[in-house]
Formats: sequence, structure tokens, C-alpha cells
Amino acid sequence: MHLMYFTEQPMSAYSSAEGLKFGATALVFSNKHFDPVAGSRLYNEYLEQYIHAEDTGFDGIMLNEHHNAPFCMQAKANIFASVLAGVTKRVKLVMLGNPLPLAENPVRLAEELAMIDMISKGRLVSGFVRGGGQEQLATGVNPAYNRERFEEAHELIVKAWTQPGPFRWEGTHYQHRVVNPWAVPLQKPYPRVWVPGVVSRETIVWAAKQRYPYIALNTSIEATKKIWETYDQAAAEAGYTAGPENRGYLQRVHVAETEEKAIENARQFMWMQGEFTGLAHPVWSSPSGYFSPSQRRAFVEFASGRATSPRGRPDFEQQMKDLQIIAGTPKTVIPKLRRILEETRPGIMALWANDGAVSHQDSMTCIRLLAQEVLPALRETGQKLGLNSPFDCDAPVSIAYSKDLRQAAAE
Amino acid sequence: MAVAWSDKQLDVAGGKLHLSRGGSGKPLMVLHHDIGTLDRLPFYDVLAQRFDVLVPHHPGYGRSERPQWLRSVRDVAVMYRALLAELGIAQASLLGLGFGGWIAAEMATMAPRDLGRLVLVGAMGVKPPEGDILDQALLSYIDYAKSGFHSAEGFAAVYGAEPSTDQLEQWDICREMSFRIAWKPYMYSQTLPHLLGGVRAPTLVVWGDDDKVVPLSAGRVYAAALPGAHLEIVKACGHCVDMEQPEALAKLVTSFVDAA
Repeated sequence: MHLMYFTEQPMSAYSSAEGLKFGATALVFSNKHFDPVAGSRLYNEYLEQYIHAEDTGFDGIMLNEHHNAPFCMQAKANIFASVLAGVTKRVKLVMLGNPLPLAENPVRLAEELAMIDMISKGRLVSGFVRGGGQEQLATGVNPAYNRERFEEAHELIVKAWTQPGPFRWEGTHYQHRVVNPWAVPLQKPYPRVWVPGVVSRETIVWAAKQRYPYIALNTSIEATKKIWETYDQAAAEAGYTAGPENRGYLQRVHVAETEEKAIENARQFMWMQGEFTGLAHPVWSSPSGYFSPSQRRAFVEFASGRATSPRGRPDFEQQMKDLQIIAGTPKTVIPKLRRILEETRPGIMALWANDGAVSHQDSMTCIRLLAQEVLPALRETGQKLGLNSPFDCDAPVSIAYSKDLRQAAAE
Repeated sequence: MAVAWSDKQLDVAGGKLHLSRGGSGKPLMVLHHDIGTLDRLPFYDVLAQRFDVLVPHHPGYGRSERPQWLRSVRDVAVMYRALLAELGIAQASLLGLGFGGWIAAEMATMAPRDLGRLVLVGAMGVKPPEGDILDQALLSYIDYAKSGFHSAEGFAAVYGAEPSTDQLEQWDICREMSFRIAWKPYMYSQTLPHLLGGVRAPTLVVWGDDDKVVPLSAGRVYAAALPGAHLEIVKACGHCVDMEQPEALAKLVTSFVDAA
């Protein structure tokens, strides 16, 4: 198994009362509530926590980025990855990921990622995302071409990584007359690409067709199983059999020395009023053209208050019950995590361990307890269940580098 | 007198364009808002008493097919010129409503001598020197459509107090298409103002006095840049003058276009 540490890097110093008063905590919620003094302290604490995660035994650090919102302080995941490339020695730097459609120049992204791969001596996992709807609005990128830009930028980056330049790119959304970056990845054929997501069927199918692992972000156990059904079917159509090495799962897990303390801190997972990305209008998170036309009717009903959110808004107790939030001492969380592994069988597991205003000290304790007491139990279970990560079984980086396709198709 | 409207689909630039046509007289092409148009409006009926009224659905809006390649509002203007040629109409007058006003202005700049008259109502297409064009990306479908009206009653009279889910879906389709062709800069052209001086068609610019979608300052830009244009303000009226003050607008349009 590949076991990663994750935090959203919350900007916990903002006043939640202000957010409630304004009625939104995203996109247009004023950045006057951002405190750079607290921001500086928090960035450095998060850095210390990542280093602690490596020192205590995590396999990877998962990084992401968001814009215009307090729930995530990373505006550019590549910056933290660059810092970590220099200050860590062993952990994989797992970007989940760079929002490709936001890039006006994907070649520059290819260069940055190649630099991170070389500086980290080949520890980059270069996940790609579409970026949430609000990210499109925050960066002025047209949401109606989001998926087209995602696919074209991906194609361009992979080409820049794998084919000697110079070459010319005359695409629909990107035109580059001389592609010839003098920074190419250390890992061959190219760094692993993992694709995280929440609901979108198109993305699951796309990832399966590429043979990129799909990382289900905090979905319920049932929803996760459905994701694997979709993925497995697309994989079979592409000529291979998907397994745990194609599956990742992010789940919220907080541990502390006592049950009470753990549960108190775990309530911070609800700190954005129970919404991962904060309170926002549905048309910000799903601008027109961003989502699949098959969802149009359901979406307009939701956006106008005529239907409830397809994701629902379960409260803390319900989420604890459904194992969407797991909290306790190592002893009590291990059986719950084992059940998740048994039910969802991922080869990649990300533990989203600290959120909101959990103190630096409690975060460090949580990381230590997870690494020393929980991870060994998960590894043991993973081994028993055959939950190999892509590294464990040396899975091909993509469909194009697969040598077993015909065989799988014949099975 | 009831107007007989005909609806048909025409091939333009490789796709199907939906066209409603009714009435008789000089040809008058009406270009609808970014929120699309209802199939029939009292305003259209009044115009059809005097004119051969053509109401196309913009490509990608309403019942017209979406051309996947379409990237700019100027492309739409070229398509409508092709449509007029296809219909054998040598000289039409244009009535552009809001977003449709932008298309009409683009059409007018392309062949300055061959238009009848041009009427721009709350037209998008130029950067307002004061204020900004309202960003629908931040608003719900209903709130954006309501912003086009001075009064809640005006809105309800056209769409009902609670628009149907079918209508919401239509607004989403329209919004997606607007994003596809007018995302950046949002709802205006940086080059259009420089081309307006060449227009030869007499122009009437009309604005609601309470237009919350396109600031009146944009109307003043049009009135100043288009040779011989003059600006009329309609009282107690929002952006959608055609839907909120149909009689007042029909009167203005009829007397102006008839004078040609």
C-alpha cells in the first residue's frame, strides 16, 4: 500500500463569524479576512508537519491547490512541492493535483513539474485535475471548455515529457510554435499521473482509459464501490484488468491520545459549515458548461433550491457513523480503517488528518500516532488483502506503456 | 389581428438555425437577449403588424444547433449575414436587444451601406466607461433574468413568479453558449468601438432608465460613436425593454424604422 498524509492547509485564522454574516466563504468572500501574519505562521507549521510525516513513516505527502477561499491556503501546489522536494528525502510528492485547464501555458507546467521531479530525485507523482468551478471563476478561465482544455493540456504535457523537442503544437486551446523545454523529468517514461475526483463519471472513465489510478476524494463507501464499477468496466474495454493499484481513496481520519480529544478535534472537519470548499452558490461551483450536459436538469433544480444537493449534507454524527469521518485513538480507528480497506480495496490511501483550527501540537501528535500505530496495522491488512500500490507492483505508467493489454483482453 | 408565425430550420455554416417569421412589410430582424427568447412575445406581434419580422434563435441558443467551432460574437454576426443572403433579403433593418444588440452592431460595421435601420436596445458589446456589464456567472439563473427587469411584476408577467424547470434548463443552455463565445473580455469587444464610425445606417439607441445589466454609459458610447445616432431613455424600465415596456419600445422602433 501507498499511505499518504494530507491536509487542506486551512486558513484557520479567518473569522468564521464573518463568513456566516456574509453568507459565503468562497470565491467572493473578501480576502480582507486573510491575515498574512497568521498565514506565514501556518505555512511554516504545515511545512513542519509534512517533514514530521516523512520522519515518522508516511510514504507520501498529498498536495492540492485552491483559490479565493479560506479552506485551503495552497494557491499553487507546485510551490509546496518545490519546497518539499528540497527538504524531504524519501516521501513521494503526490500532487492531486495541478488544475490543467487553469494553465494558459501547459509547457510551463511541464517544466515546473520536471524541475520538481529532478530536485526531489524522482519522487514526483504528478496528478492532474480539472479544478473546481470556482477555480475557473477565480482565475478567469472559461468553464465551458474545461474538459477540452484538461485533455489537450494533458496530451501536450505528456508529449513534452516523452518526445524530444523541438516540436510544434497547433491545438484547439493551445498553440506553441516551439516546444522544447530544457527541463525534462527524471522518471521515465514520465512521472506517475494519478487523477483525483468526486463524482464526475467522465473523469473516472478518462482515468481508466489512460490507466491512471483514480483517487476517490472522501466519497462514501457505497459511492466508492460504484466508482470502481465504472472504472473497472472502462479498464476492461481498454484491455486490462483494474486492481487495487488503480484505486486510491482519501478519507478523513484524526487520532489523538484520548477518544474525547480526537472527537473534539475531528469536529474541525466540519469547520467550513460542513462543506468541503466552504459555503458557496451552486452556480459558482458548477458554472454553465463545466458539468456534463446529462446532469443539466438535476443541476438547475439544485441550483435554484428545488432539489437538495446530490451529495447531501450529512451532519458530523452521521458522517462518523458512515465512516466518512473517522476519529479516536489508534486502537479504535484501526478496525474502522480496516473495514474501509476491505470494502473499497485501494492500493493508495490518503489520510486527511487535520483540518480547521486543530492546533499545531495536536496535528503533530496525530501524525505521530498515525504513522507509528495506525500505518503498520494498515500495511498488514493491505498485505493480507493484496492491496498493492502502483509502486509495489511496478504498474505501467499509462496505457501507452502497458505490455499486458492483449493478454488482459483475452482473459 | 392575430399574426401568423412560421417556424423553420435553415442551414447556416454547417448547422441548423431556428427562425420564426411573421407579418409583412419591410424586413426587420430581431436579435434576442443572452437569456434567449420565448417563442412568442406580445412585442413581436406588435412589430409584425408593420414589418416582416424575423426572429432567429442565436446559434447554440434555444432551438438552434450549437456550432462547436463558434468562438466569437462576430462569428454570429457573419452567420446572420449569411442567413439574410440565404433568405434573399437585400436590405433588412436590425433590432438588437441586449446581447443581440452587440450582434446587430457587429453586423452593421461589416457592410456599412446595406442595412436599413439599426436599433440597439441596452446593447452589450462595448466596455462601459462607467460600471461593468453584470456578471451572470456569479448569479443564479432566476436572479440574473430578474436583473433584466425594473420590477418583480415585470419579470413575473413574462416568466411567471416561479419560472419552470424547463425554463431554467434553457437559461443554463444559453449561459453556456454565452460563455463559449463571450467569456473574455466578458460581453464586449475591444475592437468594435473603433469600427462603429463607419456605420452608415441611421441608428436609434434605446436604454431602460434602470438597466442593471448594461450600464447606460455604454449606451452613450454607442450614441457618440455611431454617426447620427440618438439615444432614447425609457422610464421605469430595466434592461429588457422589449419585455418590460413592449408598447413603448414598439412605438419607438416602428416610427424610427418606418421613416426609412
